[in-house]
Amino acid sequence: MNLTLHVWRQAGPDDAGAFETYRAEDISDSMSFLDMLDLVNEDLTRKGKEPIAFEHDCREGICGSCGMMINGVAHGPERLITACQLHMRSFKDGDEIWIEPFRATAFPVMRDLVVDRNSFDRVIQAGGYISVRTGSAQDANATPIPKRDADRAFDAAACIGCGACVAACPNASAMLFTAAKVAHLSYLPQGQAERLERALGMASQHDAEGFGNCTNHGACQEACPKGISVDYIARLNRDVLKGTLNKAVGTPD
Amino acid sequence: MNRVLNLYRSSVGKKSLMAVTGILLVGFVFGHMAGNLKAFQSWDPAGGTLHPLDQYGEFLREFGYPILPEYGVLWVARIALLAAVLVHMFAAYRLWTQSRAARTRGYRKAESQVFSYASRTMRWGGVIIFLFVIYHILHFTTGDVHPDFEYGAVYANLVTGFQSTPVALFYIVAVGALSLHVYHGIWSAFATLGVQNARVERARRPLAAALAIVLFLGYISVPVAVLAGRWTSIGLTL
Ligand code: HEM
Ligand code: SF4
Ligand code: FES
Repeated sequence: MNLTLHVWRQAGPDDAGAFETYRAEDISDSMSFLDMLDLVNEDLTRKGKEPIAFEHDCREGICGSCGMMINGVAHGPERLITACQLHMRSFKDGDEIWIEPFRATAFPVMRDLVVDRNSFDRVIQAGGYISVRTGSAQDANATPIPKRDADRAFDAAACIGCGACVAACPNASAMLFTAAKVAHLSYLPQGQAERLERALGMASQHDAEGFGNCTNHGACQEACPKGISVDYIARLNRDVLKGTLNKAVGTPD
Repeated sequence: MNRVLNLYRSSVGKKSLMAVTGILLVGFVFGHMAGNLKAFQSWDPAGGTLHPLDQYGEFLREFGYPILPEYGVLWVARIALLAAVLVHMFAAYRLWTQSRAARTRGYRKAESQVFSYASRTMRWGGVIIFLFVIYHILHFTTGDVHPDFEYGAVYANLVTGFQSTPVALFYIVAVGALSLHVYHGIWSAFATLGVQNARVERARRPLAAALAIVLFLGYISVPVAVLAGRWTSIGLTL
């Protein structure tokens, strides 16, 4: 199939950037979206032009690096997959495709489709860990965990930090990401000791990074390639409110 | 105190303030609706008694009297409601400016994914409701924009007020906006305040929808009945 691509090109963080139009020719159904971009890039390189910069690593939906807006939808038109898992069979001959970077003040564009998502790492650093004695590993089943809690923690832990939730959110809020990173610890016994401090720390870092305010639209849940549920956001809110009202939290002894 | 201030500065804190003031206003809006329905109570105009709606108005004005001054409780309630509205609006404004700053360049091709009509219209819907409330107070409380206002004659003012079709239609539209706002608001407030367990999650949507529908039907019943009374033999008339 032959396609027309409108791709956001921006040479660096301070460049104004603009859309460029390219033809993608002889694209096969079974190519992935990133394969298609690779082909366009080969052609650009052959013509002595700069290839389109985009992030990618695993190309199997587990690393979270490949996010981009495809026709206004984070990771493209299919649900529950990342851009690298999207196949060209989702498009048809003659289609026009708009490809844009994720847009958020907290995700500045580095180049073309590549955005800086270090803000996510700083949210994690603000509490997304548990303090444990390292060294000899504990027996795996020493701490019993109810199946239901283990499942919920695991569902939250599926978050790959891709940023699609922020990209899709009309408020550019990162509450789904933050809530998932809080919940995968707060459902487990190991996560209890620092539970409220963690929620407060990560939520306030979320705000400090300049992400917007959640208005419970649910666009994040719809865009998330891992199907993270907005119910985790309610749980984060509860822990933040509890942590605020609990005098013992954050008070040095 | 410090932690409360910090909470206010945070996104979750401002949202919680909106949720708490919103729930307060929802409570008021339901009470107000129940009061309005007294317009339908049967009454004999020749019997020399006040219409039940007028009696209710009198009751509100005199509530707490003689221990408290006449109008005392009424003014306390008015000030509390005004404070709730102002806090709600101020927090909405701050959250909105912050969210706007969180994305300064939008998408060329924007496909809004799941936003329900109700969730997309919270901000403008809220402003419309606010303007409506101002008009509504000038119309039925102070009478400034009412063509035939008579102090204390609540029922008569209502019937004469809705003799104008555009006015009645405007009320119906405004109440529609209010119901949409309350629909997303109730759903949203549960999440904001962190109410989270499986049973509540399943009940949230239906509960929000049911309350919004009751609100809509309860409020439009009065203007609809006055309009009906003009053209048919059933409906509210003087
Ligand atoms: C006076 C003008 C008003 C404005 C400007 C306004 C604006 C807003 C905005 C922007 C939101 C947040 C939207 C969201 O979370 O998606 C909101 C939420 C809400 N509003 Fe209003 N509103 C107004 C009046 C009212 C009234 C009269 C009521 C009660 C009937 C009400 C009840 C609620 C509730 C319950 C929420 C949910 C809070 C939450 O997000 O958890 N609002 N309002
Ligand atoms: S919550 Fe979903 S959309 Fe957001 S970063 Fe994690 S995987 Fe990506
Ligand atoms: S490249 Fe790893 S998720 Fe797409």
